[in-house]
Amino acid sequence: MAFEDQRTTVYKVNPEHPESETLPTLRTEELLLNMGPQHPSTHGVLKVILELEGERLVKSTPVMGYLHRGVEKLAEDGTYHQFIPHTDRLDYVCAMYNNFAYCRAVEKLLNLQVPERAEYLRTIVAEVQRIIGHQFWLSAQALDIGAMTVFFYCFRDREILLDWFDELCGARLTTSWYRIGGVERDLTPALIDKLKQFLDYFPPKIDEYQVFLEKNRIWLGRTKGVAVISAEDAVNFGLSGPVLRGSGVDYDLRKYEPYSAYPKCEFSVPVGKNGDTYDRYWIRVMELYESVKIIRQCLEQMQEGPIMADAPSVTLPPKERVFTNLEAMIQQFKLFSQGFDAPPGEIYCGTEAHKGELGFHIVSTGGGKPYRLKIRAPSFIHMGAFDHMARGYMISDACTIFGTYDIVMGECDR
Amino acid sequence: MHPLLLRVQHTFSVGVTNVSEWRGDVSVTVTRDKLREVAQFLRDDPGMDFDYIVHVSSVDWPDDEERFEVVWEFYSIRKRQRIRLKTRAPESDCVVDSLTDLWKGADFMEREVYDMMGIRFRNHPDLRRILMPDDYTEGYPLRKDFPLRGKGWRDTFDFLDEVPR
Repeated sequence: MAFEDQRTTVYKVNPEHPESETLPTLRTEELLLNMGPQHPSTHGVLKVILELEGERLVKSTPVMGYLHRGVEKLAEDGTYHQFIPHTDRLDYVCAMYNNFAYCRAVEKLLNLQVPERAEYLRTIVAEVQRIIGHQFWLSAQALDIGAMTVFFYCFRDREILLDWFDELCGARLTTSWYRIGGVERDLTPALIDKLKQFLDYFPPKIDEYQVFLEKNRIWLGRTKGVAVISAEDAVNFGLSGPVLRGSGVDYDLRKYEPYSAYPKCEFSVPVGKNGDTYDRYWIRVMELYESVKIIRQCLEQMQEGPIMADAPSVTLPPKERVFTNLEAMIQQFKLFSQGFDAPPGEIYCGTEAHKGELGFHIVSTGGGKPYRLKIRAPSFIHMGAFDHMARGYMISDACTIFGTYDIVMGECDR
Repeated sequence: MHPLLLRVQHTFSVGVTNVSEWRGDVSVTVTRDKLREVAQFLRDDPGMDFDYIVHVSSVDWPDDEERFEVVWEFYSIRKRQRIRLKTRAPESDCVVDSLTDLWKGADFMEREVYDMMGIRFRNHPDLRRILMPDDYTEGYPLRKDFPLRGKGWRDTFDFLDEVPR
């Protein structure tokens, strides 16, 4: 035969039966398929080289870096305060949680205590961001798999919260509301009222999302038993967040290393059993209910008080004073241009963002700029397990796996 | 001293060059030749039980004799403890052992360190650039001697000043 390619195999159609000797031979070979960099279901610019046998995935090699902007290099060039807006652009769907994780890391470096009200505010907004993140994930995943209606329903409700963010800090997506030592501004009574209204409005809507999907044969067929990963493998790969909890490991930093106002709230961490896409879906939907619960408790428990730590050498002065007082303005200018003197040392601080553990590893040699800042981005680490999780499934399941990671390329490539 | 550090120091009398605890973070610095042995101990010893890899990072200290530092961060899900493992490599022989066979997640993380800092990992299954383009020739962007705005590679790209007619 003329097929010299090593991967080419030639066999008779049915070697069991002698009559097949007379049938023409069927040529099969592995096929390389490039998926991306521009593909609607990769949620950004990501290419995966798929090796296929028929429609089955034999091996997949992610090719990343299309959105690499050198954020870690930029961090070394700016002061600690200047880096906050850069963190918005990591996971641009959920900017608040990135701000939160970064500010927490710097506060750990400085050993700075945040006042109680600020901790509650941070938790409330972080959980609102988690709701937005999960809504966005659910709509995108359902759309990838072919359930279009959920997309519109989720976006309708997400819009309410984005408008709420707009009123809170003047931006819908790139928020930069968290500050080192506290938050930028307090919730107004009008905002609190709106949030309370939303909390009453929202839980029935979650039921609605579930009705669309959980009795939908296509959804069940495409999520149950797809992209299964065992607990042992998930831990070994360093997966985190709902992807790890779907495999039955209850690793959640909000419980394991409680921070902010989480230890004062009662909530449970949903854990899956089978480690498949459906379990990861179920966990995220259950987390929506838990987030509502956490926000309710925070709103009840929150007392009046300062929203910024009392450490003038580090924290920014309140905006009203910056506009009316010369010293405050000089202070603000100096903090942004020269920065504060951070103690030399090295810390790692992980925060449970809705995608997984978002961590910052900061090395300081003193002075106003970080010597080295490394971001532990959950999307990047999840992509490391892509090949393992995709093996043996169909091409169409590749879209499901991108979706189930809740991947955002801004964070993955940094 | 933190009990974890005592345990590591007790087990490895040679090879552990520094232990420290700062802001609650526990970290161990080992020599390159002992890296795998210590890592294996951290993973398999029942008192350590570090089954979860958090991240791999790298730091460039251009003035030091051993210029590059590789940092692994581990977590134990059962014991709920963290540890940081560090090792150093000089610029002339910038190779450290890969821990990919112990923690599969180290694969992509070590590739990123290689891409950004130019530290090579011995026995890594697929050591290629991951974020920068494959044909990138300017070196390793996170080294301290790499200028923030790059070395001019981008200026060599062909740009069209106006749409050709």
